[in-house]
Amino acid sequence: MAQPLVKKDDDRDDEADYSPFLGIEKGAVLQEARVFNDPQLDPRRCSQVITKLLYLLNQGETFTKVEATEVFFAVTKLFQSKDIGLRRMVYVMIKELSPSADEVIIVTSSLMKDMTSKTDMYRANAIRVLCRITDGTLLTQIERYLKQAIVDKNPVVASAALVSGIHLLQTNPEIVKRWSNEVQEAVQSRAALVQFHALALLHQIRQNDRLAVNKLVSSLTKGSVRSPLAQCLLIRYTSQVIRESANTQAGDRPFYDFLEGCLRHKAEMVIFEAARAITELNGVTTRELTPAITVLQLFLSSSKPVLRFAAVRTLNKVAMTHPMAVTNCNIDMESLISDQNRSIATLAITTLLKTGNESSVDRLMKQITNFMSDIADEFKIVVVEAIRSLCLKFPLKHRSLMNFLSNILREEGGFDYKKAIVDSIVILIRDIPEAKETGLLHLCEFIEDCEFTYLSTQILHFLGIEGPKTSDPSKYIRYIYNRVHLENATVRAAAVSTLAKFGAMVDTLKPRIFVLLRRCLFDNDDEVRDRATLYLNTLGGDGAVVQTGEDVKEFLFGSLDIPLVNLENSLKNYEPSEESFDIYSVPREVKTQPLAEKKAPGKKPTGLGAPPAGPPSTVDAYEKLLFSIPEFANFGKLFKSSAPVELTEAETEYAVNVVKHIFDGHVVFQYNCTNTIPEQLLENVTVIVDASEAEEFAEVASKPLKSLPYDSPGQTFVAFEKPEGTPAIGKFSNMLRFIVKEVDPSTGEAEDDGVEDEYQLEELEVVAADYILKVGVSNFRNAWENMGADCERIDEYGLGPRESLAEAVNAVIDLLGMQPCEGTEVVPNNSRSHTCLLSGVYIGNVKVLVRLQFGLDGPKDVAMKLAVRSEDESVSDAIHEIVASG
Amino acid sequence: MDSCPCIKNFLLLDSEGNRVAVKYYSDEWPTNSAKEAFEKALFSKTQKTNARTEAEIAMFENHIIVYKFVQDLHFFVVGAEGENELILVTVLQGFFDAVGLLLRGNVDKKEALENLDLILLCLDEIVDGGVILETDANAIAGKVASHSVDATAPLSEQTISQALATAREHLARSLLNCMYVPVPWLADDDAMGSSG
Repeated sequence: MAQPLVKKDDDRDDEADYSPFLGIEKGAVLQEARVFNDPQLDPRRCSQVITKLLYLLNQGETFTKVEATEVFFAVTKLFQSKDIGLRRMVYVMIKELSPSADEVIIVTSSLMKDMTSKTDMYRANAIRVLCRITDGTLLTQIERYLKQAIVDKNPVVASAALVSGIHLLQTNPEIVKRWSNEVQEAVQSRAALVQFHALALLHQIRQNDRLAVNKLVSSLTKGSVRSPLAQCLLIRYTSQVIRESANTQAGDRPFYDFLEGCLRHKAEMVIFEAARAITELNGVTTRELTPAITVLQLFLSSSKPVLRFAAVRTLNKVAMTHPMAVTNCNIDMESLISDQNRSIATLAITTLLKTGNESSVDRLMKQITNFMSDIADEFKIVVVEAIRSLCLKFPLKHRSLMNFLSNILREEGGFDYKKAIVDSIVILIRDIPEAKETGLLHLCEFIEDCEFTYLSTQILHFLGIEGPKTSDPSKYIRYIYNRVHLENATVRAAAVSTLAKFGAMVDTLKPRIFVLLRRCLFDNDDEVRDRATLYLNTLGGDGAVVQTGEDVKEFLFGSLDIPLVNLENSLKNYEPSEESFDIYSVPREVKTQPLAEKKAPGKKPTGLGAPPAGPPSTVDAYEKLLFSIPEFANFGKLFKSSAPVELTEAETEYAVNVVKHIFDGHVVFQYNCTNTIPEQLLENVTVIVDASEAEEFAEVASKPLKSLPYDSPGQTFVAFEKPEGTPAIGKFSNMLRFIVKEVDPSTGEAEDDGVEDEYQLEELEVVAADYILKVGVSNFRNAWENMGADCERIDEYGLGPRESLAEAVNAVIDLLGMQPCEGTEVVPNNSRSHTCLLSGVYIGNVKVLVRLQFGLDGPKDVAMKLAVRSEDESVSDAIHEIVASG
Repeated sequence: MDSCPCIKNFLLLDSEGNRVAVKYYSDEWPTNSAKEAFEKALFSKTQKTNARTEAEIAMFENHIIVYKFVQDLHFFVVGAEGENELILVTVLQGFFDAVGLLLRGNVDKKEALENLDLILLCLDEIVDGGVILETDANAIAGKVASHSVDATAPLSEQTISQALATAREHLARSLLNCMYVPVPWLADDDAMGSSG
């Protein structure tokens, strides 16, 4: 039936564009379709016309409703022909046309006749077509035949019925579920694919019955499955059973032996499915992983790209949770860096970056450098992100990694790629102090030749913040001033602002900055000129002795501690009048605090836009806020501000949370209050604190909130004195006291008279953790060794029965309020012991390092060994005290 | 993961990325333009790779794509991101080899278009609504080609009389096709013998 061989003639080129469908037209083909109605059917001709119709549909042509109906009715006539080839095309055509319910009736009888035909091919195809186009009512009529077909001795017929069952289960589950006896029988079929289809259907029928699935899996894993595809299914169902059996007991996992046995199957697809299933087991142990990793390692050196890809992709996932398990494959993985298939190469590199140790970084970087030039941007971004996390993991390697980033920054690349690199450098500068100066210079060099305005302005802004704080700020000036000459107006304006920041923060540079700013006064862009004028005036560059207040300077150059959303809203509401806009009237709602979690691993740093709004400024904001209150101004340096603690249930009349500010000799409670009742205005809001359960604290000051209108948060403060430098703890009960005034909702005006009222708040505790700052160290072991054992204190504690090891670890971390280092706060599932590293700064600026070793003692009891090193014995003791009393 | 392996679509494109035959089982691409855009992007992404000796693989927009090229034809099978890559490649290989058998080893765009009915039937026999029906190329080609023959018998095991019957069909078909095919043809039985 195929075309005879065409000899490769010389004139073949002329026909290169030849297509049997050249110039085909829907209208003409629909005309041709009239041959279907001929009393003397020509099967060949009809087949050709159907092929043409299918070709049109395949090319995206659509038939109108009328056309489709016409074609459908014409096609149904073709059932008269006994030609098998034509019948096959008719089946395909009917499926493509997906006729409507009333049309289906026309072909039902023909299809049912075929379904009971003696010809296997007719039976199989008629079942598939009928099940595709049928609805529930018809299904009951043919159910009997379908059940028979499932156990038909011809595998093609059985498969057709089973696959149709899989589809029908979605629409008519109650009918298909009645077939489970037949399906069960088909699972035992000797024909490979029948077994596969039967297993898939049987599982879908029973998927909500855990016991049945369990039984199915246990009986089949004993080994009666022949087809590789069915075996893959069985592996999937088995891992599902393992997952749901929630076996918390350590020891042998049920069915693990089956999975491991599948690693020795003769079909690669089964081996891989099993290996993947093992790697994805909950809390997989190293012992369980090893055989799976071994087969995946073999796949890595396969000649087939698909096998290599599958293996490296799986190993890459394993490396995220079990980097050590994958290190054995590192040599094979390194050879994949030069793989033709770039997806494989990228996966190999990112895996290596995850599993690599400090010593292999340099070698790895050399290999990656060669590779970077010939992959697409999307892959490069993945690599850049992997390198960023590697650098955060091994801060000592920042030099070579930073160099790598700056090198690729100079090469060609699109915006997203460049942004990923710049973001990475910014994050490294923020998190690794040693990397700051080189990183800033790399960024300076980059803006010399940067085609993306967005990136240039962001970098200039970042330079303005970080540059003046470096040892030699003057070296950045040249790079910045060059922008004023060579760039578009947006970048020029940003450069002017950055220059001014240098001028404001570095007094020695001031005269030189003035010279540069004055040159900008002749810029042809308004914004640039305006900015230069403004800065010259405020900084006193125009010669006049300007006594601009500190606050103006602070306002222009300090970090903006007002949430931008609030500022935007206030500006929108501001109506131009005699009264000028007062920035201090903008609410400083502190609800959404991104509190000092900047080093929390796993959290994606927000990149370039973030620095001004970043965590340090939050602390700054608190500090500024507190110092602006005269009563608290002499408390000294703010040591720590806690995360807000809610003192009210959600959705109550008044929402109050409290931030604890710890000073050396004082504690200030900042109550953030929100009034959620539109008809009320609260005035003279205070919190009455009862400190009878906090003996060491004495109230010294409080600052009431004058007025608290609806939905506009405000703060009231209460300050306590406490013994200097000690971690005094205590419990405080709180009562909100205020004067309520009714507000007319239509006018928004409050009545003159108010009523005094009180509102009970929840208790608040000052705990030991409030006296420890979360401060991470980049290399815990170095820090630990440098600290020395002089002031080391070691002791063991029994933590009693705990839900899990992870729960115990988190409880201790919360108790101490210290920063977990190197990701050790994550406890792998099912592990019996765990070591957690913490670091922090104790009140009085004493560095503290803690090593916690947890072990399960019996089924649930957790024992802990606590080793503390600090610069001061008493502090080490104090940490033990906290744990002992916690 | 817990479900049956699923094929999202088959694409058979020519060397310029135009459709020869496609079949979508997933409704992730609701319109023809969405389909065409997907095909175009996929084609340009894979075009420069060498997938002629071994099937190649790529991740693309949260799909796994396995593909293989021969002459001016590009075969693609698309599956979900979490799918077992080796199952996908088995399906691809089944499709690829079955087309090779059906076109008697003469796999190129022209031949594929001239035998589009066979290609479409072939797709119909490999996957039904996303569920894999058959992956063995001989079985697939057998079901498509040997209408009057036992469906499971591979082409290579056809008897002489069946081969002759097929040859007769050639003759009839070629005569009918003459209106489009101004090509000299040779009904040689050698070709039949060597194609199994």
